[in-house]
Amino acid sequence: MPEVSANAALHSVPPISLSRRITDHAMTGVAVLTVLLVLTPLVAIFGYLVYRGVGAIDWAFLTQTPKPVGEAGGGMANAIVGSALILGIASIVGVPFGVGAGIYLAEFGRNRMGQAIRFTADVLNGVPSIVIGVAAYAMLVLHRHFSALAGGVALAIMMVPTISRTTEEMLLLVPQALREAAYGLGVPRWRTTLSITLRTATSGVITGVMLAFARVAGETAPLLFTTLGNSFWNLKIDQATAALPLQIYVYANSPYDDWHRQAWAGAFVLIVLIVTSVAAVRYAVRRGNFGAA
Amino acid sequence: MTACGLGILGVLGLIVYELLSGSKLSWHAFGFGFFAASDWDPVNQHFGALPFIFGTLVSSLLALIIAVPLSVGVAVFTTEMCPKALRGPLSFFVELLAAIPSVVYGLWAMFVLVPLLGQHVQPFLQKTLGWTTLFEGPAIGYSMLAAGIILAIMIIPIISSITREVLMVVPQHQREAVLALGATRWEMIRIGVLRNARAGIVGGIILGLGRALGETMAVTMVIGNSPQIAKSLFAPGYSMASVMANEFSEATGDVYISSLIEIGLALFLVTIIVNALAQLLVWTVTRGQPARGNA
Repeated sequence: MPEVSANAALHSVPPISLSRRITDHAMTGVAVLTVLLVLTPLVAIFGYLVYRGVGAIDWAFLTQTPKPVGEAGGGMANAIVGSALILGIASIVGVPFGVGAGIYLAEFGRNRMGQAIRFTADVLNGVPSIVIGVAAYAMLVLHRHFSALAGGVALAIMMVPTISRTTEEMLLLVPQALREAAYGLGVPRWRTTLSITLRTATSGVITGVMLAFARVAGETAPLLFTTLGNSFWNLKIDQATAALPLQIYVYANSPYDDWHRQAWAGAFVLIVLIVTSVAAVRYAVRRGNFGAA
Repeated sequence: MTACGLGILGVLGLIVYELLSGSKLSWHAFGFGFFAASDWDPVNQHFGALPFIFGTLVSSLLALIIAVPLSVGVAVFTTEMCPKALRGPLSFFVELLAAIPSVVYGLWAMFVLVPLLGQHVQPFLQKTLGWTTLFEGPAIGYSMLAAGIILAIMIIPIISSITREVLMVVPQHQREAVLALGATRWEMIRIGVLRNARAGIVGGIILGLGRALGETMAVTMVIGNSPQIAKSLFAPGYSMASVMANEFSEATGDVYISSLIEIGLALFLVTIIVNALAQLLVWTVTRGQPARGNA
């Protein structure tokens, strides 16, 4: 009789003891608590940033250069432009370099050399940003002078590992058949790589570039003693240049309330820039063909 | 393409070369004593890095103590407990923490965390736990503990996202097997999941440590920047990264600059070792090798 045996099976399982059930619920509670504890600073930081930042942004902040020490007013226009300049240099140097290295790793890197480069890229990724700043200082500033170029190069070095590893991953997702089809039509290998493989993986590669960009956009440490900062307009790449994160740092450490206000405004602008690019990337990834970013 | 690939090797080589040649002067002047001496005296051109090493280690350890339980908790919750619909948004929010620039963390910590610690937390701890002598000193808030807390917030996304990845590669039948033996959900997580993912979680923690060791701006803004070795958690300290951040552009004299570069070199070597160790541990788990529980 099937019903009886099913019943017997049920009864042979001993009931879970009270203490085990309490532990189970308690640990679930602990896990929920950790989530709340982690989300608290997130909410606190963003909340406070919006609270202090939105009100602090005015027209002067976006269009003027800093006023002399102690005077109220002025803005960070030169720092915003300076950041754009430094990030522009970083992208011009870092993006082709990173994408090129990624292509090498994906298409020609199935050997010991490729392994060594892959490992080096991971190591480079873990080097503290300030140490990269020190190296850029020793290379481009010592015995010369502070420049936007030195800062841009430092940031470029930080972009390369991220870009090359994501580019590699994205290229490897391109089906082998596509390459073979191109070879079959007599297309040379370099041409296949550039106009078939890379072309197919474009959205994924751009994702990697944007992530690297977002990562270095807020970097301050490597700029401290490479671009140094500047209270005036500067568009020359061989001169000391203001940068938004640097300006935030300097103003935060100052004793003036008005500079504190501007530091918050600067931080808000910076966060909006970064979150927008990260969100754009997420959106693009979800829509694009490549799920694994 | 090959040039770009080789270029990565070249860049790392160049960094090593610049750090080595830059620190030669201070290496000749102080030798190994550089890392054991605790006086930092630019006026008399005498430099010892011990207070900075102490500050870096203590603030990073504090950060790990705070961050590890929280990150693992979040990872366990997102992979094992929470409803599917919550999973995506939750990990997105935690990763959002990673998108905040260091200097913004520092700004927030200066204006919110530091006053909070100085005016409320420290007096309270002194009153209740004063006998431990861990909380002595004037209540200014700029302290080792402030640095530890802000570092913890910054490394939580790293540790929790790696832990989550590692937990997700634990095979489903491990969970089912433990459940079939009559385990509760927590017992299933403890026996079937966490134990299998142990090596990977440790890897994630070490990766977080690597990040904490080299973190500069936020620490510089709250640690108090005073080269001393104090027992109190509320005493100001100094870290290797922050002494470089503060003094580099103002350093005068070749030995001074060289000493700062040598600190950079030391930091570079330590983070490389730490990161390589972490990569190795994470790889053993995620690269499909059988986890220890299976063997």
